[in-house]
Amino acid sequence: MAGSGSTTTQALIAENIDDYLTQHQYKSLLRFITCGSVDDGKSTLIGRLLYETHLVFEDHLAALEVDSAKVGTQGGDLDFALLLDGLSAEREQGITIDVAYRFFTTEHRKFIVADTPGHEQYTRNMVTGASTADVAIILVDARKGVLTQTRRHSYLVSLLGIKHVVVAINKMDLTDYSHEVFSSIQEEYTDFAARIGLEHVTFIPLSALRGDNIVEASANTPWYHGPTLLGFLETVPVDDDLAEQSFRMPVQWVNRPNLDFRGFSGRIVGGSIKPGDSIRVLPAGTTSTVDRIVTMDGDLDEAIAGQSVTITLTDEIDASRGDLICGSDDPAEVADQFEAHIVWMHEDAMLPGRPYLVKIGTRTVGATISQPKYRVDINTLDHLAATTLELNEIGVCNISLDRPIPFDAYDTNRDTGGFIVIDKLTNVTVGAGLLHFALRRSHNIHWQDVKVDKAARAVLNNHEPAVIWFTGLSGSGKSTIADIVESKLHAQGVRTYLLDGDNVRHGLNRDLGFTDADRVENIRRIAEVAALMVDAGLIVLVSFISPFRAERRLARDAVEVGEFIEVYVDTPIDVAEQRDPKGLYAKARRGELANFTGIDSPYEPPESAEVRVDTSTMTAEQAADEVLRALQDRAEKI
Amino acid sequence: MTEEIWMTATEAPALTASRLTHLQRLEAEAIHIMREAVSEAERPAMLYSMGKDSSVMLRLAVKAFHPSTAPFPLVHVDTMWKFQAMYAFRDATAAEHGLELIVHHNPECIEKNINPIDHGSALHTDMWKTEGLKQIVDERKFDVMFGGARRDEEKSRAKERVFSIRSPQHQWDPKRQRPELWQLYNGRRNKGETVRVFPISNWTELDVWQYIHLEQIPLVDLYFAKARPVVERDGTLIVVDDDRLRLEPGEVPEMRTVRFRTLGCYPITGAIESTADTLPRIIQEMLLATTSERQGRVADHDGISSLEKKKQEGHF
Ligand SMILES: Nc1nc2c(ncn2[C@@H]2O[C@H](COP(=O)(O)OP(=O)(O)O)[C@@H](O)[C@H]2O)c(=O)[nH]1
Repeated sequence: MAGSGSTTTQALIAENIDDYLTQHQYKSLLRFITCGSVDDGKSTLIGRLLYETHLVFEDHLAALEVDSAKVGTQGGDLDFALLLDGLSAEREQGITIDVAYRFFTTEHRKFIVADTPGHEQYTRNMVTGASTADVAIILVDARKGVLTQTRRHSYLVSLLGIKHVVVAINKMDLTDYSHEVFSSIQEEYTDFAARIGLEHVTFIPLSALRGDNIVEASANTPWYHGPTLLGFLETVPVDDDLAEQSFRMPVQWVNRPNLDFRGFSGRIVGGSIKPGDSIRVLPAGTTSTVDRIVTMDGDLDEAIAGQSVTITLTDEIDASRGDLICGSDDPAEVADQFEAHIVWMHEDAMLPGRPYLVKIGTRTVGATISQPKYRVDINTLDHLAATTLELNEIGVCNISLDRPIPFDAYDTNRDTGGFIVIDKLTNVTVGAGLLHFALRRSHNIHWQDVKVDKAARAVLNNHEPAVIWFTGLSGSGKSTIADIVESKLHAQGVRTYLLDGDNVRHGLNRDLGFTDADRVENIRRIAEVAALMVDAGLIVLVSFISPFRAERRLARDAVEVGEFIEVYVDTPIDVAEQRDPKGLYAKARRGELANFTGIDSPYEPPESAEVRVDTSTMTAEQAADEVLRALQDRAEKI
Repeated sequence: MTEEIWMTATEAPALTASRLTHLQRLEAEAIHIMREAVSEAERPAMLYSMGKDSSVMLRLAVKAFHPSTAPFPLVHVDTMWKFQAMYAFRDATAAEHGLELIVHHNPECIEKNINPIDHGSALHTDMWKTEGLKQIVDERKFDVMFGGARRDEEKSRAKERVFSIRSPQHQWDPKRQRPELWQLYNGRRNKGETVRVFPISNWTELDVWQYIHLEQIPLVDLYFAKARPVVERDGTLIVVDDDRLRLEPGEVPEMRTVRFRTLGCYPITGAIESTADTLPRIIQEMLLATTSERQGRVADHDGISSLEKKKQEGHF
């Protein structure tokens, strides 16, 4: 096999495969992340680790030689970085733009490496890679020292709670393996690490390219007495404290093969459990005792953090997916409002007050996020004022859920304190968050110290505001339908208001006539009033002929996307004219009314109304139900 | 590696009862992923190809839902050109586990008699497997499909998510893949979208073999060395599995002791000469081998990013 890896292992494999397999079977698993700026040598380092641990096969190596000669940056030498490039588009751009996972194995451990780019806009990727890492390797170019990017990566590593950090001072070959250079970087970084609360930091002088201190202690750095990089990775403790923590297991799936068996399947994320232990199911708070720990390989006497099991209880208690089973002596907290760090991961900025979904453990709940209390400048660590969070921004916000959930502070347990934010419309993961603590008033439903805004009102009203805009010919049935819709909403406890020609024309718009300019002003005022009422939290029903697309567009634009439901009451003109409830068509036909829509003024039908109803084929009641259904769909979508 | 480090090797991994081995963790992770996917799915299914990865997947599925039966069918998108031993193994395995087995044949391929000998491996694989898979997913309205792909198989796979979102046209778009943090997978789908779920993403080839060894998972015997009738074509050893393989003039099958590192359609899957007839010996051979696993697949030889292209087209 290729590579300069251990001949001892090779010999063992060749001579006694059974012993090798036994040894390999008991290896532990370590996950780490590498962070560095572009060109610090990350790819070279990982490529080197794969090579040294002989994960590079001869056919790959042959390809590497060809590629190195063709596109490598190392003259004739092997360019290890080329081992890693993945997607072809990225390869052409010469940068890696996503998180890639690599694997290698040594005598002691299996390693999973999250390879994330150092590029400015990719906080998202680094946070993703860091979320599962036990160790972070932060690369520093010896010639450049601690840079802004180094600080940024370190901050993210500390935010995500990675306990062990290696500062790999790379390219020592280009600074003559200078002890002074190494020490001054170490000193500068140590100060900074203390500021951001990184505890265990190990400094290692490296040359990823030449292989110094990667696997073997380098003769070029006689002044260095610490571990080699691989030596460190092989011996650093993994998950040492997780099994010591309080017992936590989110219920993933209720296992009911038949009436006699009812088990709760899940992966233990903290502590350990034995039959006979008393547990508490949250958020309900029900208590019971563990009867069996069931696996296909037989019942277990004990199960620990990291294992996937099925637990049965001695009592018939109700628990379902999303519940958290805890040790009864130290259960998680339950609350519905929190302070959290939010990392935004999507091009569409976070919208304070907008309903999102939050998935924590195995539970998905509705959530709204407040305006950030502040945003963190990840380069300077300064707290900045912010009204929203853009892609790759991190801020501290209050978050309010539509029901109470069990949780621990993220610092205590990543799996019961970390969550993702999902957009309700697109189902895309748009953010991630770390819970810190429950707000004290959490058991009240409302936030008391947030600014009273639209979101706060929506929480109070228990529904989102909206404009339902009925457009159509005179006599098409707009007002009749709007009336029915309003009564039904009212009966459901929804706060509504109906704006129509009568109550507006006679008051607010008394000064307006029917010239073109006045018509536009008429609509403008109605749109503004509707928008204010939406801000006040109401569902506003507007019943106006509003014949022109431009004016309806104006009304739509006055409120937020998703808040405007256009209802096209599409009744043929002959039907409307026949009804003529106010005798207006007759007047217009007689020439007594100028600019009458449908007679001597055009009606521009909507092109993409949310709802279209035809009162010549359905009753007003049916039409109203159509409208209510659209409103309901929208509530489910946002 | 130096002597000092070898010394620490013998001292270091003093295994406490409270620490899991890498395989225990990988197993627990895969089970967690399967349960998450099933819980968020309406119509899940598992792709089953009789290979070693499929065999591990099936074992994990059985474990994940025990004592219940795994709540999904096995789907085999067949090409008609697998080894006979694979078909026998497939039917026996599904029956043994009491799982529904859905076998799909692309009707267009049957009609046009698409085969690897006349049409070449690329077209054959594309039509039977890539198109066939889309057909059965659409026909049965599966929303979650489990697959046994691993990130270590190919460079472009290293970035694949565990939950991989496919458009209603089965397209894979790198831009639309969702970040996966902690153990939180987002399995929500828009209308028409499907999710391919890869529970053994973080396993390597060695992990798979070792797990099979430890768990004593039955495998198709083609993985084990045995005397088989072989012809050699362009340096590739082809086992003559039935009389559909048209022999060239002068070609006479000879008995050679061979096995397979990877299983596919028999006319396009190269065997290797080997005497490894037990799992430890197979693992030994693999560890001492000098070429990567997928080399045996004729289908993969068409360019660096062929796998990536296939993925975008909706292949696994
Ligand atoms: N002299 C020297 N060059 C290095 C070292 N590590 C990486 N490089 C070179 O620095 C450049 C950037 O390395 P690369 O691994 O692609 O950086 P990445 O952007 O962090 O992945 C390449 O030309 C490498 O060959 C090192 O230790 N010494």
